[in-house]
Amino acid sequence: MLKVFIPCDSVARAVGADQVAEAVQREAERRQLAVDIQRTSSRGLYWLEPLLECETAQGRQGFGPVTVHDVPALLDGLAGEAHEHALALGPVEQIPYLKSQQRLLFARAGVTRPLSLDDYRAHGGFAGLEHAVALDGAEVVAAVLDSGLRGRGGAAFPAGIKWRTVRDAGAGQKYVVCNADEGDSGTFADRMLMEGDPFLLIEGMIIAGLAVGADKGYIYVRSEYPDAIRVLDQAFAIARDAGYLGVNVAGSGKAFDLEVRVGAGAYICGEETALLESLEGKRGIVRAKPPLPALQGLFGLPTLVHNVLTLASVPIILAKGAAFYRDFGMGRSLGTMPFQLAGNIRHGGLVERAFGLTLRELVEGYGGGTASGRPLKAAQVGGPLGAWVPPSHFDTPLDYEAFAAMGAMLGHGGVVVADDTLNMASMARFALQFCAEESCGKCTPCRIGSTRGMEVVDRLIASTDFTERHDHALLLRDLCDTMQYGSLCAMGGMTAYPVASALKYFPADFGLTQTEAAQ
Amino acid sequence: MPDELLHLPLIHSILAREKETPGALLPILHAIQQGIGFVPDAAVAEIAHALNLSLAEVRGVISFYHDFRTTPPARHTLRLCRAESCQSRGAEALAAQLRDQLALDDHGTSADGAISLRPVYCLGACACSPALELDGQLHARLTPERLRALVNGCLEGETC
Repeated sequence: MLKVFIPCDSVARAVGADQVAEAVQREAERRQLAVDIQRTSSRGLYWLEPLLECETAQGRQGFGPVTVHDVPALLDGLAGEAHEHALALGPVEQIPYLKSQQRLLFARAGVTRPLSLDDYRAHGGFAGLEHAVALDGAEVVAAVLDSGLRGRGGAAFPAGIKWRTVRDAGAGQKYVVCNADEGDSGTFADRMLMEGDPFLLIEGMIIAGLAVGADKGYIYVRSEYPDAIRVLDQAFAIARDAGYLGVNVAGSGKAFDLEVRVGAGAYICGEETALLESLEGKRGIVRAKPPLPALQGLFGLPTLVHNVLTLASVPIILAKGAAFYRDFGMGRSLGTMPFQLAGNIRHGGLVERAFGLTLRELVEGYGGGTASGRPLKAAQVGGPLGAWVPPSHFDTPLDYEAFAAMGAMLGHGGVVVADDTLNMASMARFALQFCAEESCGKCTPCRIGSTRGMEVVDRLIASTDFTERHDHALLLRDLCDTMQYGSLCAMGGMTAYPVASALKYFPADFGLTQTEAAQ
Repeated sequence: MPDELLHLPLIHSILAREKETPGALLPILHAIQQGIGFVPDAAVAEIAHALNLSLAEVRGVISFYHDFRTTPPARHTLRLCRAESCQSRGAEALAAQLRDQLALDDHGTSADGAISLRPVYCLGACACSPALELDGQLHARLTPERLRALVNGCLEGETC
């Protein structure tokens, strides 16, 4: 029997994976060829999607990107064991883009079927939980602390400290909340993980719940991810049936259960306190800190809030040990990070590597430069609140501290690449417009500053007078400072990053000469 | 308004099911919108009463979130992604093409109620930009021709 693997990932399907699967089925029937089509997660090599893989004695052979029209010829080749087709990629795991990665979180990506517990277990699943159940909660917290894991949502706060705070916060009702409101443009790792390996996130949340003493967890997923919501709901039911969720989790004698909550199109709900407000059924208005959510979070009770990738890292740490995890990375950025290559990029996709490779290796090495073939102008790292980094700074290592030192941030690891046709003044204006639309309105710098900032950019671009332009540029920088240092949360505070970096590195797009920009 | 009253039994059954859920308001609003297509004004007082909230609190939540609508939707909804990744692959030109083809603005609904345009900021398809969602279906690696074909396809289905 011919065994074929085609992803069921939403983006693979958005470029035709379902139609390819149907065509394979149809063609196989026509040829009376027995075929087993397995719908797996995506490898994250998106420029090759729809990627069709075929099991052979030499491992899985890849073909892509496949269209419906390629299927008959492909099946001719496959049945004859020829693999000489023009779309043949050879053994998938030998593709350099994939082979050179260090996949811990995405080890099962493209390999397993998302909702198969057997697949999950056969590829190392639940080893971390089994280990955690045998340990005391304090020992689990110590392992997370030792691993050096930092929050992957953007703020990079040491995860173990949060765990310890929640664990030590008394014995009453506590919660684990997963922030799956992945609203940043250029990021899709959370989506891939939830759609493709939901049991990993579930396992991480169970371990967290048992360790900090919470019996209830929520995953807050943005409404733009309907597939992730459906997969998680199905995965919960399967995990419950198998005894991984419920009153006696994995034989621990402790209870833990999970629920998906769906966002409603508000970017600000990715901010942890706004997310908690939203979970409570309110407008997503940012809360002032303190009190910390770890002590007074959801419904005023101690709450461990983490991004998808942070929680999904935990089973690996528990299964392989803190030292194993800590051995990846550099400085204080330890472990691996799933970077996401997006925008105008030839080889867009997911690259999981230890911290420390350079932005150039990522964009030019993995990404292969722009998709348009035009000169690379800049890369926005870390989502809409991240700085536009010019190629002259591409040798900076991907490390939280190194990026902070140049006025940028790694954020959630998304990288949007732009060619020379993208105007940076309009991107700066867009950042302010986005902030004006999505600001929760609680603090003045964000609520008012964003609108005033758009007006200043408009005046700056329109002005023909040297003195006026100089004044507008000065005012814009001053406004960026006010927003950066005066806003309550990262929304207003970091909208300054794309604006100030665009102004600093691409003054010509604002109609400024280098001399004017330097003043 | 009388039409809206027809929705009351559904609203009541959703409230009976969900009102004890902690933080029930968003799940309730989603369920109502899923069942009716929008959140009718008649639902506001019912929700407020069931959750012991003020009318203003309920209206405040409905208006805060982009997803909730208080009027019936068009028969088709096209959400073109306008975030940075898609912009870097020509989303603004696609948006202009849509405005031209349909003679609508970015948030417009056609007079015959056939199609609504809505901007969206990221669909998670950034490695295959530009992307859009048409009636809940994701499409990526859009080209001007593909976009035109998608729109024509859904409008042709309208007339026959």
